[in-house]
Amino acid sequence: MDIFTQQLINGLVLGSIYALVALGYTMVYGILELINFAHGEVTMFGAMICLAVISAIASSGTDANGLLIVSLGLLAAIAVCVMLGFLIERVAYRPLRRAPRLAALITAIGMSIVLQNTAMLIWGKQYITFPPLLPLVRYDIGGAVITNLQIFIILLSCLLMAGLLVLIRKTRLGRAMRATAQAQDIAGLMGINVNTIISITFVIGAALAAVAGVMVSAYYGLAHYFMGFMLGLKAFTAAVLGGIGNIAGAMLGGLLLGLIESFGAGYIGTLTGGFLGSHYQDVFAFFVLILVLVIRPSGLLGERVVERA
Amino acid sequence: MTLLSNQWNAWRHDRRVVWVSYIALGILLVLLPFLTGETLGRGWVRILDFTLLYIMLALGLNIVVGYAGLLDLGYIAFYAVGAYAYALLASPHFGLHLPFWALLPIGAGIAGIFGILLGAPTLRLRGDYLAIVTLGFGEIIRIFLNNLNAPVNITNGPQGINLIDPVAFGNFSFSETHTLFGVTFPGIYTYYYLFLILALLVIFVSLRLQNSRIGRAWVAIREDEVAAEAMGINTRNIKLLAFAMGASFAGISGGLFAGFQGFISPESFNLFESIIVLCMIVLGGMGNIGGVILGAVLLTIFPEALRYIGDLQSYIFGRILVDAADLRMLIFGLALVLIMIFRPAGLLPSVRRRHEFGSDASILAQEQASLYDTRR
Repeated sequence: MDIFTQQLINGLVLGSIYALVALGYTMVYGILELINFAHGEVTMFGAMICLAVISAIASSGTDANGLLIVSLGLLAAIAVCVMLGFLIERVAYRPLRRAPRLAALITAIGMSIVLQNTAMLIWGKQYITFPPLLPLVRYDIGGAVITNLQIFIILLSCLLMAGLLVLIRKTRLGRAMRATAQAQDIAGLMGINVNTIISITFVIGAALAAVAGVMVSAYYGLAHYFMGFMLGLKAFTAAVLGGIGNIAGAMLGGLLLGLIESFGAGYIGTLTGGFLGSHYQDVFAFFVLILVLVIRPSGLLGERVVERA
Repeated sequence: MTLLSNQWNAWRHDRRVVWVSYIALGILLVLLPFLTGETLGRGWVRILDFTLLYIMLALGLNIVVGYAGLLDLGYIAFYAVGAYAYALLASPHFGLHLPFWALLPIGAGIAGIFGILLGAPTLRLRGDYLAIVTLGFGEIIRIFLNNLNAPVNITNGPQGINLIDPVAFGNFSFSETHTLFGVTFPGIYTYYYLFLILALLVIFVSLRLQNSRIGRAWVAIREDEVAAEAMGINTRNIKLLAFAMGASFAGISGGLFAGFQGFISPESFNLFESIIVLCMIVLGGMGNIGGVILGAVLLTIFPEALRYIGDLQSYIFGRILVDAADLRMLIFGLALVLIMIFRPAGLLPSVRRRHEFGSDASILAQEQASLYDTRR
């Protein structure tokens, strides 16, 4: 039972991070029908910027509160990623908005490579460790351990996701975003500035990605210029699992993927009698994804696309 | 201007001119390894060999993505299957040493079966859902290759398989140096000619497929699946055929890769490779064989040529500012973005696409033209 609870906690933490990143993919896809491959790299930049700021402050010898330093790092990461998200859309995607979709996909891949290598040039190839600024408190729940960091990650991502849902469902801006996603041209006729809305979408996605990046690096204690690739891939998988373009779907998909991964990794050994080990964790995630899509080709919450006549 | 282009067109369609240029191209291709070997060094002949391998690989993916319009992001998995089929059947790992003429069809066949295995459950998926499933499939294959060394050692895990038999016909091994009419052919040169012949074969098959009944069915499915089905095309079988055909092309290239390298490991078959092959065909011009070849050549040669950035830097600045290897991929990524922004349909778009994205009065432009331009 304690293993079950432990995997549940791990899965929830992992899942909420995936969900935050997946939101960026799904929002952009919802409006532009573009897989923003560079989104994982934005997450990586968030982690890297935060770490750079944190270690700069920490090494300056202040006796400031650890939490304050990390918050400053987080804010810096959000600021930089927001600019990055805005620039990526402006430079790489806007000129291709009317071009074939595969062309935009290739620029997205190109952007991803550019960002990855820029990060490598700035911060080097080695792993960067997260300085132990946050006091770690462990709580015992029925034989399983949960840390204050884990609780914080889950709570913050829930808060952010709830905020996003309110933003999209209740505000004028949200309505404009939904309208743009439905029909860009008509939205334009209704007086919505489509370009601004698209920029805002990228900016919101990038801000969420920055938070997720900081969370990942704080959770694992590491950051690396290549970390965005697999994280982005998993997050995109989560978005597709939930039904791409659907905000709630991305959240559900992210959480599910996190849970599947952690339970899969925890139990696959016993299930197969030791034949397959926990290094098949990734296989498990992709396998479930394929299974879900074969049964429900439009994802869990995605609307069935009507065949065009 | 019109006069000039008319003259050019007349000249271009002149039979003699066509023949002369083909013959010149043929001579160039035959002499190419010697020319590069003398001027740029043996290392570049190896790169030429890889270019030919990538041409075969890209033409295989072109069937799936370019002709049939099925976005496949896990294509490298079939390359891996072909390579591992070759490696397991012709290396000391299992002690098997099958002859080459048997290995290549086996590799193609197994890869083709994997293609159908991937295609069958994903028939209902379209667009990006298909892309992500194929991506997952590619990763699954790679992870299995990485981990199938325990409890039964099948793939030798991350260490990969070593000492794979070189490609050989009877006693004629392609990896050894041969002398013919007083001319010495090192291993990489003979491989070049083998790959050249096979690449020409693949190009020929692609050309014939393009204008065949099957090729037209693929294009019909790409353009409109419902309409294609209404016209009596068995979309299920035709799509499966595209997957199987593309996969077997990759299987053949994979087998050649294994024999050529003598060593393979799961690392060679990661997602990035799939993406690069996809970039080749999109960059060159999807669905157009010439474009795909151009894309494959550019994307194989260009990253290698960027190795000279180090020399260029020390020439201009007197010292090396940034390590060339680090800068290489950055420039590569920038090039991808720039080419796509300025030539969204690829460098050499196929005739059909050129019409679609043509400058004036194209049907697609009319369809997609917005009521007002949202660009600004």
